[in-house]
Amino acid sequence: MAEHRLTFPASEEDIRKLRAGDLVTVDGHIVGIRDRTQIRIFDQGHEPPMDLAGAFLLHTAPNVRKRDDGGYDPLCIGTTTSARMVRFTEPLGRDYGVRAICGKGGLPDEAIEPMRAHGMVYFAIVGGAAALETTQIEEIEAVYWEELMPECLWLFRVKDFGPLWVGIDSHGNSLFHDVNEEANKRLEKILAGL
Amino acid sequence: MSTVETDIQQAVEDAAAHLYVWALKDIPQDLRDALADASERETSVPGQRVLQTILKNVQVAERENNLVCQDTGIAVYYCKVGEHFPLHPARIYQALYDGTMRATLDHPLRSNTVHTLTRENTGPNVGYRVPIVHWDFVPDWDGLDVKCVPKGSGSENMSFLKMCVPADGVKGIKQFVLESIVGAGGKPCPPGIVGVGIGGSADYALHLAKEAIARPVGTRNEDPLVAQLEEELTGLLNETGIGPMGLGGDVTVLMCHIEHADTHMTLNPVAVNYQCWAARRATAHIDADGSTDFDREA
Repeated sequence: MAEHRLTFPASEEDIRKLRAGDLVTVDGHIVGIRDRTQIRIFDQGHEPPMDLAGAFLLHTAPNVRKRDDGGYDPLCIGTTTSARMVRFTEPLGRDYGVRAICGKGGLPDEAIEPMRAHGMVYFAIVGGAAALETTQIEEIEAVYWEELMPECLWLFRVKDFGPLWVGIDSHGNSLFHDVNEEANKRLEKILAGL
Repeated sequence: MSTVETDIQQAVEDAAAHLYVWALKDIPQDLRDALADASERETSVPGQRVLQTILKNVQVAERENNLVCQDTGIAVYYCKVGEHFPLHPARIYQALYDGTMRATLDHPLRSNTVHTLTRENTGPNVGYRVPIVHWDFVPDWDGLDVKCVPKGSGSENMSFLKMCVPADGVKGIKQFVLESIVGAGGKPCPPGIVGVGIGGSADYALHLAKEAIARPVGTRNEDPLVAQLEEELTGLLNETGIGPMGLGGDVTVLMCHIEHADTHMTLNPVAVNYQCWAARRATAHIDADGSTDFDREA
């Protein structure tokens, strides 16, 4: 298991270096996105109002306070369950050049092939550890689609964001697939002993 | 409405507003102890790192006076209403509704409540039939206990019901719980509390499963047979290897809690309600005169 530090937006070359199980810390810019945001892009045909090439997408919907100047201060920002949004993996890579999707709980196996084909990774974060995550977010730099609050498109500047584990790499490996396979083997034995 | 009733309704509203935010920020000691214990027991490298990060997060939340988890949940309240408590449950409900709304707007907290078909956000974490309130009524008492359990969606989405048949027996119950938790994998933010409801009817089994997750971690069902099943399932669930956040490891669950009810001779319902590691709950004891004690450990 290797440890890496990466700055986003990132290149395909950066992403191809990562292997499932590696530990990663991230700096730079990351994009907050959630169910409704992606439904708007892919089911309702709205082009995202920002460039997602090389982007790191975080599955989130933050607690924020609106300032008088129209900007937002972060209050508590954490990460939601990714599996609900798995069907957007392929078009995010193919159509927009997204390089990383970060969330908690893993993505199902149907994400493995798009990530291999398009040079993407899935990062697993510690779900629920939002107080800590908030301290790693330096600023909310932009917010688009405010009418979807809190499921807007958010641009965050981050420092020392993590720890993140490479849950799915761009070479066809998934930590979640492996854990699940092992757990099912163990389950079979447990059930046989009941 | 009389002035006295207004004052008591205000006291309940104030209690709800305080409970909601407090529960989100300050997790109970029994849970802190269970997480620390899990961190000691875990041997996998990612599992250890996950649990250390969780413990650090609890400290950061305390230091920064911030929420432990960003998911402010759906507001669920458990009320025990004394027979002689001087405010009707219809008014208690209104007070909980107003308190939830006030806490959301004042803090401010993220609002999660949406219309279930249009998905339009209703604004202040209240809406049609939200907050969700469960009621118990206590004879010969004039007090009110309100327990606030903000329930995060990541774990609530991992809820399951199976109408086992009597021929499936206890083995069928165990099998369904184990299969549910292995199927849930890392999605509900393990290691958490597995709430199991058995018996009653379909809806009641789910209700009991939710009641089970709202108990202090590691408390045991009063029925020794059920308590034994809690012990056994806790052990078996931790043999599955799902581990913290589903990254593999020894600690998949902090504890399995079971609530039960007698049932029909042809029924054997089993329901699972998962509670993530951020098992938030906070209680207020309100007297007939409106004076309130807050209790993190109840």
